[in-house]
Amino acid sequence: MAGYDSGSIVGAHYLDGDHAASEGAIAAGCNFVAGYPITPSTEVVERLAWRFPITGGTFIQMEDEIASSIAIQGAVWGGAKAMTVSSGPGISLMMEHIGLAAMTEVPCVFVNVQRGGPSTGLPTLPAQADMMQARWGSHGDYEVIALAPSSPQECFDLLIHAFNLSEQYRVPVLFMMDESIGHMTERVVIPPSKQIKLVPRRFTKLGPGEYLPYRAGDDLVPEMTQAGVGHKVHITGLTHDEQGYPVMNADCQHQLVTRLVDKIRNNVDKIAFYHEDEIEGADVVVVTYGITSRVSMRAIRAARQEGLKVGHLRLVVVWPFIEEYIRSLAGKVKALVVPEINLGQMVLEVERCARGQCEVVLVSHAGGTVHNPQVIYDAIMEAGR
Amino acid sequence: MTDVAETCVQENPVERYLRMDRIPHIWCPGCGIGTTVNCFARAIEQADVDLEKLAIVSGIGCTGRVAGYLNFDSFHTTHGRAIPFATGLKLANPDLKVVVYSGDGDLVAIGGNHFIHAARRNADLTVICVNNFNYAMTGGQAAPTTPLDAMGTTAPYGVCERPFNLPFLAKSCGAVYVARWTTYHVRQITKAMVEAMNKDGFSFVEIISPCPTLYERRNRLGSGLDRMKWFKENSVIKNGSDTRNIDIAYQQPIICGKFVDIDRPSLLEVTEAKIGDIRGKQRWADVSRRQKKSIEQTE
Repeated sequence: MAGYDSGSIVGAHYLDGDHAASEGAIAAGCNFVAGYPITPSTEVVERLAWRFPITGGTFIQMEDEIASSIAIQGAVWGGAKAMTVSSGPGISLMMEHIGLAAMTEVPCVFVNVQRGGPSTGLPTLPAQADMMQARWGSHGDYEVIALAPSSPQECFDLLIHAFNLSEQYRVPVLFMMDESIGHMTERVVIPPSKQIKLVPRRFTKLGPGEYLPYRAGDDLVPEMTQAGVGHKVHITGLTHDEQGYPVMNADCQHQLVTRLVDKIRNNVDKIAFYHEDEIEGADVVVVTYGITSRVSMRAIRAARQEGLKVGHLRLVVVWPFIEEYIRSLAGKVKALVVPEINLGQMVLEVERCARGQCEVVLVSHAGGTVHNPQVIYDAIMEAGR
Repeated sequence: MTDVAETCVQENPVERYLRMDRIPHIWCPGCGIGTTVNCFARAIEQADVDLEKLAIVSGIGCTGRVAGYLNFDSFHTTHGRAIPFATGLKLANPDLKVVVYSGDGDLVAIGGNHFIHAARRNADLTVICVNNFNYAMTGGQAAPTTPLDAMGTTAPYGVCERPFNLPFLAKSCGAVYVARWTTYHVRQITKAMVEAMNKDGFSFVEIISPCPTLYERRNRLGSGLDRMKWFKENSVIKNGSDTRNIDIAYQQPIICGKFVDIDRPSLLEVTEAKIGDIRGKQRWADVSRRQKKSIEQTE
């Protein structure tokens, strides 16, 4: 039974991941989306173009993904909560503006419905091969937050969380869906708006003259403002001081870039979360994220039936990476098995953090479909022997 | 004797619009960008603009630095992308007056796609383009505006490509206001900026500027002052000219004037007519019912 509540379609629905993400954006209070058609993410913007007129949002189809990825940042400075959506080649075009959002600390969300690459690749088929791009795709040192939903329900729930994290830390948040999740249709329950916790933008209370757009407190996150309220801010992608003015020297670069990175790195425990399943006492732990976590569950169940102690660690926030957790886990298990639909990306992080304390096994897949659970099962059994 | 302090200490009328804590600026002696900023500061006093709600958006390059010197909400964005940034800013906050202030390379080379689409959709923006015929910040490379045969560091034997005729480009894509002046024409620039800012929709002002350090020096065209004299003697004012006939050829007369001043519903007007009603009057009613029915049917 569907109801209406602040524009959200409250109740149980049968939605695919793309549509659930659209509804998540509405529930998160997103009121500006710029996008450009690209498979398999188009349904997200199609639904928002249809839904926004009654929820009070603005959708604009821009001339390309470059334009979309910066139009949303203009909108944020206009006071909006904003998001863009793309896939593969479109996300590659957006990379410069993920850097701009990191540098100018613009809270916004980039949804990436991953498809097979490189280049035009496999537009209609899944992959998880943009995980390192999500972290390192723009030039220079910076940190972002990235989440990986594994169901349409999570596309709804976690997209709200993505907006909350972007507001709390003033960072671009990448929402790493994939074609399977985007086009998978399942039951999605949308709660009443009063049950949804939203993190409001941290607008400054300081007046013109007192407010410095890049002066941060102990949490290293400066307060926000918007255009037209009298602060007369200057915002630049150049290295800038607390006032936002360009300063071309090593000291200012050090202060700024270190803060941009530390505001995330110092808060990994607060930002990153994951699901644990029978980790305690496990000999083998399967480390998964996104669609692959669901495929792996069959393999894990089968291995447990054979008497093997198999744990399942599902990363929900993939960046920042849970370095210390993996390091400690690696000291307690025989092996970490990492299935992913790429030729080895997050496994590099797992290996780095494991520091040789246990075996790290990649179960790779070039993309185009999900793993056969048998392959993951074989890898678990081999690692647990 | 008169009081020296009284006679000497008078505030420059444009100072209040500048970030004086950032002066001196980076522009070279003889550069025309500062002249245009001076005109702009005078134009905003005359235009129908709430200065609290004025936002300046620049891209990258010498003219891209304008945002950093104007004492308003100002955004120095990425190379070529001032227009899409400004489009988002304006759509999210229609109360703002959004002015894009950037150079030729930024706006019509790397940013050319955004330029034509903003004009096509009649985005509610005023775009001021300082055209100095080259990429100056990076040292004088040829641009899509460099006249045929002129030299640039990347065109050491002279440019082989026909340049853009910017007023024609803007007009044919749908701009509602188009003017071109040189930095010699300070009063006309100011007036054009006022008129452009008072328009709803996409208004465009091209200002031909000297770049004595790079374009003029490489092409042996003299100093900034020589160039101003040349502009004075070689500009032909032809208001209302057909923009097809105002190409700029190397060291040939420059046709200046106001070429387009028409009315056409702007992006915001059309959007509000279509969607504003739904949002306002009928909210939760017709569309909501239709969406609800459709959601129930498909899901």
